[in-house]
Amino acid sequence: MTGQTLIHLQDVSKRFVKGKDTITIFDHLGLSIPAGDFVAVMGPSGSGKTTLLNLLGGIDQPTEGSITFDGGRVDTLTEGQLARWRAHNVGFIFQFYNLMPTLSAARNVELPLLLTSFSRAERKRRVEAALSLVGLAERADHYPREMSGGQQQRVAIARALISDPKLLLCDEPTGDLDRTTADEILAMLRLLNQEMGKTIVMVTHDPEAAKYARRTLHLDKGRFTERELVA
Amino acid sequence: MRVFNEIAVVTTICIKSIPQRFWASFSTVVAVGLVVTVLLAFLAMAAGFQQTLRGTGTKDMAILMRAGSQAELNSGVTRDQARLIEEAPGVMKDADGKPLVSPELYVIVDGVKKTAVPADGNLKKAPRSNLTLRGLGPAGIAVRPGLKIVEGRAFKPGTNELMVGRALQKDFAGLNVGDTVKLGNSNWLVVGAFELGGSVFESELWADTPEVQDLFHRQNVFQSIRARLTGPDALKALSDYAANDPQLKLDVTTEADYYAQQASRTSDLIQKLGWPLAIAMAFGALAGALNTMYSSVAARAQEIATLRCIGFSGTSSFIGTLLESLVLALVGGIVGTLVTWVLFDGLTGSTLSGASFSQIVFTFHLTPAVAVQGIILALVVGLVGGVFPAWRAARIPIVEAYGTP
Ligand SMILES: Nc1ncnc2c1ncn2[C@@H]1O[C@H](COP(=O)(O)OP(=O)(O)O)[C@@H](O)[C@H]1O
Ligand SMILES: [Mg+2]
Repeated sequence: MTGQTLIHLQDVSKRFVKGKDTITIFDHLGLSIPAGDFVAVMGPSGSGKTTLLNLLGGIDQPTEGSITFDGGRVDTLTEGQLARWRAHNVGFIFQFYNLMPTLSAARNVELPLLLTSFSRAERKRRVEAALSLVGLAERADHYPREMSGGQQQRVAIARALISDPKLLLCDEPTGDLDRTTADEILAMLRLLNQEMGKTIVMVTHDPEAAKYARRTLHLDKGRFTERELVA
Repeated sequence: MRVFNEIAVVTTICIKSIPQRFWASFSTVVAVGLVVTVLLAFLAMAAGFQQTLRGTGTKDMAILMRAGSQAELNSGVTRDQARLIEEAPGVMKDADGKPLVSPELYVIVDGVKKTAVPADGNLKKAPRSNLTLRGLGPAGIAVRPGLKIVEGRAFKPGTNELMVGRALQKDFAGLNVGDTVKLGNSNWLVVGAFELGGSVFESELWADTPEVQDLFHRQNVFQSIRARLTGPDALKALSDYAANDPQLKLDVTTEADYYAQQASRTSDLIQKLGWPLAIAMAFGALAGALNTMYSSVAARAQEIATLRCIGFSGTSSFIGTLLESLVLALVGGIVGTLVTWVLFDGLTGSTLSGASFSQIVFTFHLTPAVAVQGIILALVVGLVGGVFPAWRAARIPIVEAYGTP
């Protein structure tokens, strides 16, 4: 299933300056993620998991080193270019779903499409398709507060998918859900990886969740220790 | 189109989130509304005042006063001067060939506003306000063709009889037909009430000139001369006549121009009181608006960061937040305008006129031009109260999308 390199981090360093102190999160880190991969990232709190996702998703820039996506450099883009790049290439899924409470499910899913030139009718068609894909076609007009956590996360997945990005980044996507619901969401992510070829990087604390991935990266003190999963 | 979609949805999100901060938003609306109400009350007063004075006087009536006196109260005209004017060119004559000229006396007396009448009805103890008493010459009524006696009759020359302006009669106590009014040491009988096109004359008491001269010991002195003009060129003829006669050091203008000038002076004064007060209050409303909008931005930080994450621009957050603030302010402005309209529009007030030092009865008038000024002030509060929070919204770090909501 996996193929050419989609994301490549080379000699990436990331430092935060806090007052007089400089915190080094990554020091000359390297990482390659092939297209179609499903990577779980685990590690203790503060080990830099979220920072890694931010770098992969073009939300934050490395202090040093290069990040390549689909053969093109990402770390050299300006803020505005990055925003457009994210809109086309990355779907984000958050622990707390991050839906707009004042918008219906359909309007939430539509958000990324507002940055495209699709017509209103085309946007509507795509939103319906995405909501059907996550099994929420009937919930289009419902507001987030009227839905369970699992349903909200499925709306968030539909939103992440709507502009057909190659990469999905998930930060603790099941961290706020019970086991059964978590398994539903994880099964859905696996399906997206296997059937639609989405490349997924998922940060999780939950070893059970990591089992859905093709491989797990352990992040500790800014270094990876990779372990292939036993099938 | 894309940019428009983006801004539209962010604005929708911002505005639909207003109920989540209902009380903060509500108090902002109320504060802005209050500012607008105060401002508009003053401006409506100025507009109404101006309208009353502007409606006073006609183009075919000349008013002559001592050169440089500016207002009737400061002027002094002699009987000799009045006689010379009777023979002046441009002055209309009646059917019997008598010139339509009225030397008039203008003095300040006092009266009691209906609102100031004490509970026991004893007018002697009530606080008193200045009123204008005008002494009319024999042609005083003939020179004013618009005059309508709406109750009773005109005063008889040579008696202590009074006619009362309709507006004054409504606003002041003890001025009904048949009432006796004590002016100075003598008693006067109210015999009639008149209307004169809603003008400032309706705030005056009228009596026969010699009687008023007696009362105030001002024999042979008047404040102004009214003269009906024969036509459009008559004013020029009359002024030239006055200018060529060294005995006639008089300013000659039409009554319409005279009152228009009085109007702008007083309404300027009202506006000069109203604006600073409203602006001082606007700073208070501004503090409230800033507070509300900063808390709005803080409450939506994660939503904004999530949108940025998805690819939305900081500009759309800026504009959305700014529009939220402007909407709150606009609602406040509209509420303030409606409150002013309900409470004040059409309300009768009386105020001291700057030029005459006596009470002029007028009606508050909330004109569209006045309302627009209130809305503009509201929008300025919304703009300033929104722009700093909007700037903060645009600078929210995208990483704030993570973490607990
Ligand atoms: N913007 C920032 N400024 C300063 N320090 C940061 C910032 N973001 C993260 N850090 C620090 O970097 C470290 C790694 O954070 P993070 O990537 O969130 O870890 P994880 O997601 O693995 O818990 C933490 O010590 C955190 O305090
Ligand atoms: Mg984290």
